[in-house]
Amino acid sequence: MTALPIRAGRRPGQLRELTGRVGWGIVAWVVAIAFFLPVLWMVITAFKPESAAETWPPKFVFSPTLAEFRLVFSGMGPYLTHSVIATVGSTILVLLLGIPAAYALSVHPIKRWRDGLFFFISTKMLPIVAAIGPLYVIALHAHLLDTIWLLIILYTAMNLPLAIWMIRSFMLEVPSELLEAARLDGAGRIREIASVILPIVTPGLVSTALICVIFAWNELFLAINLTVTNAATMPMFLISSVPQEGLYLAHLSAAATVASVPVILVGWIAQRSLVRGLAMGAIK
Amino acid sequence: MTVLEGVAAPPPKTEVRPRAVSGRDWWLRRIPLLPALIYVVVVTQIPFVVTLWYSFQSYFWDVPGGAHFNGISNYKTVFTNAAFRGSLLRSVFMTAIAVIVAMILGIALAVLLDRKFLGRSIVRTMIITPFLVMPAAAALVWASPMLDPNFGLANYLLAPFGVNHVAWLSTYPLASVIVVMIWQWTPFMTLIVIAGLQSQPPDTLEAAKVDGAGAWATFRELTIPHLRPYIELGILLGSIYLVNAFDAVRLMTNGGPGTATTNLPFYLYQQVNYAYDVGGAAATGVVTVILTIIVATFALRMFARVFQFEEAAK
Repeated sequence: MTALPIRAGRRPGQLRELTGRVGWGIVAWVVAIAFFLPVLWMVITAFKPESAAETWPPKFVFSPTLAEFRLVFSGMGPYLTHSVIATVGSTILVLLLGIPAAYALSVHPIKRWRDGLFFFISTKMLPIVAAIGPLYVIALHAHLLDTIWLLIILYTAMNLPLAIWMIRSFMLEVPSELLEAARLDGAGRIREIASVILPIVTPGLVSTALICVIFAWNELFLAINLTVTNAATMPMFLISSVPQEGLYLAHLSAAATVASVPVILVGWIAQRSLVRGLAMGAIK
Repeated sequence: MTVLEGVAAPPPKTEVRPRAVSGRDWWLRRIPLLPALIYVVVVTQIPFVVTLWYSFQSYFWDVPGGAHFNGISNYKTVFTNAAFRGSLLRSVFMTAIAVIVAMILGIALAVLLDRKFLGRSIVRTMIITPFLVMPAAAALVWASPMLDPNFGLANYLLAPFGVNHVAWLSTYPLASVIVVMIWQWTPFMTLIVIAGLQSQPPDTLEAAKVDGAGAWATFRELTIPHLRPYIELGILLGSIYLVNAFDAVRLMTNGGPGTATTNLPFYLYQQVNYAYDVGGAAATGVVTVILTIIVATFALRMFARVFQFEEAAK
């Protein structure tokens, strides 16, 4: 933290480095536990019987039960299905539209690729909330209100700009010698994409898809405004699990845990790719 | 397309550019872009055009007869309405505080995670988890199991510091909502800054060390300038998402008490869902979009700088 004089003797320097390591390690662990605590508390509360969830002081020792989870699972089916379809459907559509677009902005860029990229990014800046009333009316007239198609369409538009931007950055990483070699072999544009570019950018596509999945799975505003039952997603299930009165902390925690776990697990497994995806998307 | 390519003569390299070939090339370059471009224009721009149209209409869902033209009266209402101004200011305040604090914490955590210590990958996993939690779940868990005045964990943990059953959501509603936003977005900032730190060439740091530069001086003079585009990107993306923050407001405080936490998204949600005022909400939306465009113009300049950086780095 403070400036360490480098000229200090070798041994004290090493000692200081060691204590420094331990010290920073302790700081890091304390911060990590603080950040993780609400998640941990959510999971702990989810395993409590309702009577043990509302106590003062809060109970840390109790006999765990799956009762609340059973209750949650019993009502979750349709919401889960809708969420999976909306998330997977929109992510696939994002990739289908985003890969060619990113290609046109990177490998054989159009002349005004910068304007194109800025246009996509600028659509992210228009707050979708501003159009929510008219969006409702449009959906109503298009007979899309409360359908899963509507969510797929909107989530695709929501994630596409960021995805194009990220995929483009991965495509810029493809060595130009490879593209040149493919061209000399007489490969057309489609073969160039399929057999040269895609194999190289696949890890990048995975992290792009991951970001899209996180945002689509977690989306609430559009779902709450434009769906009721036929397309209601997991965040809406979560809201419906909060009763107006009575004890509900354990039930709420169980529902919150179940709703969050898929994305948390995927994110944990793919965290390296998450860092890479955001980084590359950042600068390249 | 491949068939065509087989028939056509191999296109000459850059020296000669016959008209036909460059025309074909023009299309080849553009075609892959078109589906996404058309999609985004249709799905994101049409609603705003319709919004513009409805903003000049009186249209209440609970009033029969549909929409009819009423001039600029919706806009008059927007500009004379204290509730709109209040929610606008609150949105700006919440976004600015949350983004700035999350970024400062994010830089600190990223620097921390860049060091070697025991269990670093577990610590990193724990720190990024809040970003992965569903925002609706985070809001509900913070609202009740964490901040409940009678049973909440926060009051229990803070009791040694003299905190006694504080009803956080009614006493400090705005601060509580902002804390949850910061909690969720700090990991995102951390991830972006980590990426920046990892891309820093180690030899320059080594050179600085050999030259006798202190750790703080190295950080200030080398690391921060290197991180700058990453920091700008994090601030930009964080702002884009947080200015639309809805879940925490809706589920923790429902905009209240009173209008203490009503930000712009929640205000619009209320106008549509409780007042059934499509015309009024549309006018509010148009004003919001215009303000956003003004802010975004500056943001895009920031982007342009990021791109200049990219080209300089090449």
